[in-house]
Amino acid sequence: MLSLNKKDFGLLLVVAILTLAAPIILNPFPANSGMAQFNAGYPDLMQRFVIFGIFAIGFNILFGLTGYLSFGHAAFLGVGSYSAVWMMKLLSMNVIPAILLSVIVAGLFSVVIGYVSLRRSGIYFSILTLAFAQMSFNLAYSVLTPITNGETGLQISLSDPRILDGANAPSYPNLFGAQMNSAATVELGNWIFTFSVGYYLCAVIMLAAFYISIRVFRSPFGMMLRAVKSNQQRMNYTGLNTKPYTLAAFVISGMYAGLAGGLLASMDPLAGAERMQWTASGEVVLMTILGGAGTLLGPVLGAGFIKYFENIFSKINDNVLHGWFSFMPDGFEDFLVTVIHPFVGKGWNLTLGLLFMLVVIFLPGGLVEGGQRFGRVFRRKDRNAGSVEADAAKQRNQTAAE
Amino acid sequence: MSFSNLTRRGVIKTGAVAGAGLALPTYLSAAAHSGFTNAPTGDTVTLGFNVPQSGPYADEGADELRAFELAVEHLNGQGDGGMLSTFSSKALEGNGIMGKKVQFVTGDTQTKSDAARASAQSMIQKDGAIMISGGSSSGVAVAVQGLCQEAGVIFMAGLTHSNDTTGKDKKANGFRHFFNAYMSAAALAPVLKNLYGDDRKVYSLTADYTWGWTQQESIQAATEAMGWETINDVRTPLAATDFSSYIAPVLNSGADILVLNHYGGNMVNSLTNAVQFGLREKQVNGKNFEIVVPLYSELMARGAGKNIAGIVGSQNWDWKLENEKGDRYKGTNAFVKSFGEKYGFPPSQAAQTCYAQTLLYADAVARAKSFNPCAVVEALEGYEFDGLGNGPTLYRAGDHQCFKDVVVVRGKENPENEFDLVEIVEVTPAEQVTYPIDHPMFAGGELGDCNPGA
Repeated sequence: MLSLNKKDFGLLLVVAILTLAAPIILNPFPANSGMAQFNAGYPDLMQRFVIFGIFAIGFNILFGLTGYLSFGHAAFLGVGSYSAVWMMKLLSMNVIPAILLSVIVAGLFSVVIGYVSLRRSGIYFSILTLAFAQMSFNLAYSVLTPITNGETGLQISLSDPRILDGANAPSYPNLFGAQMNSAATVELGNWIFTFSVGYYLCAVIMLAAFYISIRVFRSPFGMMLRAVKSNQQRMNYTGLNTKPYTLAAFVISGMYAGLAGGLLASMDPLAGAERMQWTASGEVVLMTILGGAGTLLGPVLGAGFIKYFENIFSKINDNVLHGWFSFMPDGFEDFLVTVIHPFVGKGWNLTLGLLFMLVVIFLPGGLVEGGQRFGRVFRRKDRNAGSVEADAAKQRNQTAAE
Repeated sequence: MSFSNLTRRGVIKTGAVAGAGLALPTYLSAAAHSGFTNAPTGDTVTLGFNVPQSGPYADEGADELRAFELAVEHLNGQGDGGMLSTFSSKALEGNGIMGKKVQFVTGDTQTKSDAARASAQSMIQKDGAIMISGGSSSGVAVAVQGLCQEAGVIFMAGLTHSNDTTGKDKKANGFRHFFNAYMSAAALAPVLKNLYGDDRKVYSLTADYTWGWTQQESIQAATEAMGWETINDVRTPLAATDFSSYIAPVLNSGADILVLNHYGGNMVNSLTNAVQFGLREKQVNGKNFEIVVPLYSELMARGAGKNIAGIVGSQNWDWKLENEKGDRYKGTNAFVKSFGEKYGFPPSQAAQTCYAQTLLYADAVARAKSFNPCAVVEALEGYEFDGLGNGPTLYRAGDHQCFKDVVVVRGKENPENEFDLVEIVEVTPAEQVTYPIDHPMFAGGELGDCNPGA
């Protein structure tokens, strides 16, 4: 199907079902229960899941396949956001031109940065991209303020020209009239599910991005990129010029980042310079490594994981903690709250850092490897199989680990 | 890559999937909506308090949060009621808002527009907040105000001092109780003239975002009108923590006044740097070198320690106001008392404005007898009230800005304790700081229509 082998098509199908049913899956707890705190099925967060999923999928095409570690991808995200908002200010509140322009501008931008940075590899490449990203951040933050509106961030306003929009056009980003923030709410008993237009647009685009990424992984081009990762020198000695391949990978991942930036701006029409800061570049590296670099699904998982922590754990404050432990004796309750306090609320970064360390130390292949190990426990062959089957399982596990 | 295996069946299948995908938005947008965003259904109502818990304004954020908690307590009839007893409107009865118990959720803006919007989004979409308050950075306040306008909830701005919040970025669903840069400049100029004469050369350092820009513009306009000259204005990044490299050039610039358009942690650091460079002891053009911080708070004074002594600035409110300037500022002592009893120290101006905003929102709902944002907007527009610590105050209908007296303060030379760091120099009456709605510094935006959402 769709020129994919059976396994890949199965993966695409699973991802498609998970993303399309996300508003239900991510809201497992009834809205009036104490556990509702952990529900993630509201449009803004789900949009972030898939948008940063796109960002990480693109980053993985560069980092996972070629091994080039870019520390400047946030620059493309930011450039995408700015172009999208400008499109909405000048042309139309329809998101199509905004998203198209964000991809194109990010692509052009990445050609320039990639052309220069890819003259070096390894740590020098990382530093070059970091320098470019930091330069873009500073430009956006304090030099090009007429274009970027600096720290305040670029916003749309009622008085923007919007030459393609008529007098009665919606004043919010929309897809041919369907506004991004409009949503249908379904109540099933105590469960409340929100299906929003914005999320489904992002989800469909994410699926397309995921599909393209599978095709890249399985193509001869992808094979060439893997060869660059394993031994670039040998390729050069055999007379192959690897530069066009790495540059192409760089530009593709830059365009993915631009697409993510454009989508961010389409869901919430604002572009701020902090999107280009080095911490944002580092975040996508974390996402990819946490999920599993070089795997298809890993980056999406990593993106979801980090965004979940950022948005859910950061909102657990002392009041909530006291609520949870209120059944305990007073002194003990206060003690528990004091112990947990540094790890939740504004300390969510600390928890994330600890988890990241655990993953890197015990699951070098990221969450995907964790899933594989978990799966193996439940495969009959691996547990109590005859000798021949056990050998086969061992062999398979070895290949899977590579 | 090859897409050559085109079959009839494949085309039909793909077409069906694509068609379904494209049709989905149409189906979703057709969903029925009722009334307004997050209409409270049960016996509780949720407010969202979005404050910086990290970054340069974290101290202000922490104090805002204390005030919000206190306000919710008082609305629910717990504690001593604070300013409810002095507030000119008696619509609130201490039984929540319209009989619904007030709950609240908090979030961290990180002093970044993006993070602030994400946090506010989750309050609106996940927690069902009907009103968002908070701020502490005008960039954030402007961004969140825009979001609330789009989502159809009320935004009661906390600490935001930029002209733009109720100027070119004003929104129908947003309201600001705090004063603004123009008012600071208008109140400060006469005092500065008295203290430092009318022939001065100014060098300013300005936080590089909407608040810094408009405050610098306002101060420059006001001081140049009385004969001062602006030599240079340097923009500094909000995230900066060391300002030595910005202070050094001041020494040889020929300026004899340094204006620090910095707030929070920024101001504490830049003022400390300036004092370390010996600017206070310098003589330039035969005059003493002076530093002016147009907006500062007790919290910042505490952070800056003895460096704040003698520094002139303006405030929205001060906890000593009622004791020193009399009954006109009633409410002040009631608030200071209940805040002090709960937390052990007097509240800052950030706390006061957030407390007042929460009460004003609750009162507007009670008077309008509806949580509908449009009804609340109507109740607040042109509303005159008293007893919230600032004296008689007007919520102007045309731009949703409060007009009230401005306090001009100076750092005490010999503070008696760590909370009594500033002295009130003068209270500038509201008439002197009032400006027309179409004033050029506020021009360029329009309120638009109130948006009830859904």
